[in-house]
Amino acid sequence: MSWAWENRAMLAGYTGQHLYLALTPVLIGLVISLPLGIACARWKWFYPPALTASSVLYAIPALALFIFLIPYTGLVGPTQSLTLIIPLALYSLATVLPNVVDGLRAVPEPVRQAATAMGFGPLRRLIRVELPLAVPVVIAGLRVATVASISLVSVGALIGIGGLGYLFIDGEQRDFFTTEITVGLLLIVLIALAADAVLVGVRRLLTPWLRGREVGTP
Amino acid sequence: MNAIGPGFAWLAQAQQWHGANGIPARLLQHLGYVGISLLIAALIALPAGLLIGHTGRGGFLVVSLANFGRALPTLGLVVLAFAVALAYLGSAGTSAAYIVPLVALAIPPILVNAYEGMLGVDPGLKDAARGMGMTGPQLLRKVEAPVALPLILLGLRTAAIQVVATATIAAYVGLGGLGRYIIDGLATNDYAEVAGGALLVVMLALAVQAAFVGLRWLIVPAGLRLQAQPA
Repeated sequence: MSWAWENRAMLAGYTGQHLYLALTPVLIGLVISLPLGIACARWKWFYPPALTASSVLYAIPALALFIFLIPYTGLVGPTQSLTLIIPLALYSLATVLPNVVDGLRAVPEPVRQAATAMGFGPLRRLIRVELPLAVPVVIAGLRVATVASISLVSVGALIGIGGLGYLFIDGEQRDFFTTEITVGLLLIVLIALAADAVLVGVRRLLTPWLRGREVGTP
Repeated sequence: MNAIGPGFAWLAQAQQWHGANGIPARLLQHLGYVGISLLIAALIALPAGLLIGHTGRGGFLVVSLANFGRALPTLGLVVLAFAVALAYLGSAGTSAAYIVPLVALAIPPILVNAYEGMLGVDPGLKDAARGMGMTGPQLLRKVEAPVALPLILLGLRTAAIQVVATATIAAYVGLGGLGRYIIDGLATNDYAEVAGGALLVVMLALAVQAAFVGLRWLIVPAGLRLQAQPA
């Protein structure tokens, strides 16, 4: 492990790059899935095709999607990170969208009616009542998407853009330098678990009324 | 520059379709890896998931394992398994080393879906079965497992797709299969070969997905064909 300490600056650099490549797509996926999920919850016919599209998309290996983007976004230059970010954002979208829809649909009808009776218009009811109640389910999806995204970034190392995944390629090329490979593996698992813990914390903050009650994990 | 065009052009070349490096041979190899890994993973994870769901003990462990499994980077696992095999078993051991990460990554989805499928069985249904005089094993075999079948199949499907993708990546440490075209093409800067390989992998993944959807229609009783949610 002295190797890790000697190379801490390099490891910190790759960790930062890894987090940027993994978390940007999750954020994009969330931002798109919220309005899309609201639309799916409202217009029921819209949901089955969206669900089918997302399950088909989910079946496509990440490496293949990275490869199809190479001609457009490239392996070097200013848009290189998009080669990873766009496919990973699509996966995040496919993961989070069903949870947004399920979360919104699970809001009990009496709660909806009570909000309307209190004078909430449709928009205010959505923002103040329905979305907050959907938070635990949405965050459950977000946790899956985040952990998967952090693990998938390393696949990008095969095309030269992979954050900590570089350590696997470098370790292999240095005659299977096991220490470097293991450090990369541990760091990726560690930041995945840390990001997961942060999301659990965010959920606790956003849903004070659930405190003390166990909420289902994904 | 177009992304998929060169890939299709590469696929259309006659020389890709025969010989030891040809697409049929590589496809068979790939299917072999997927079949073996899935079989081993199912033999371990299905009984475990059903038993844990039946007894209700160890559920927390299953869910934690599934979360942990998702965090594992496939490329790292593949390279590490190969490196360890090389160090301790020599080059002879590496031919079997690829199977370890493939199985390891296939176990969590099978396990957690079998478990959650069992968890979702209506308690009233179980009470009724017991009231009719069914023993524990009968209950498991005749009631719980069939009701959990949609989620069990979903777990197998998720695992199969995961293995298709990971076997592709394992070409990096010398595994055969369709990933060879991607890795060899990347090494020689031959984008047409890389895109052709990627197209083949996508087609295989979609075919596997479709096969499982078909299987669900065939073996899941009509009354149980509710929309299984991915876990």
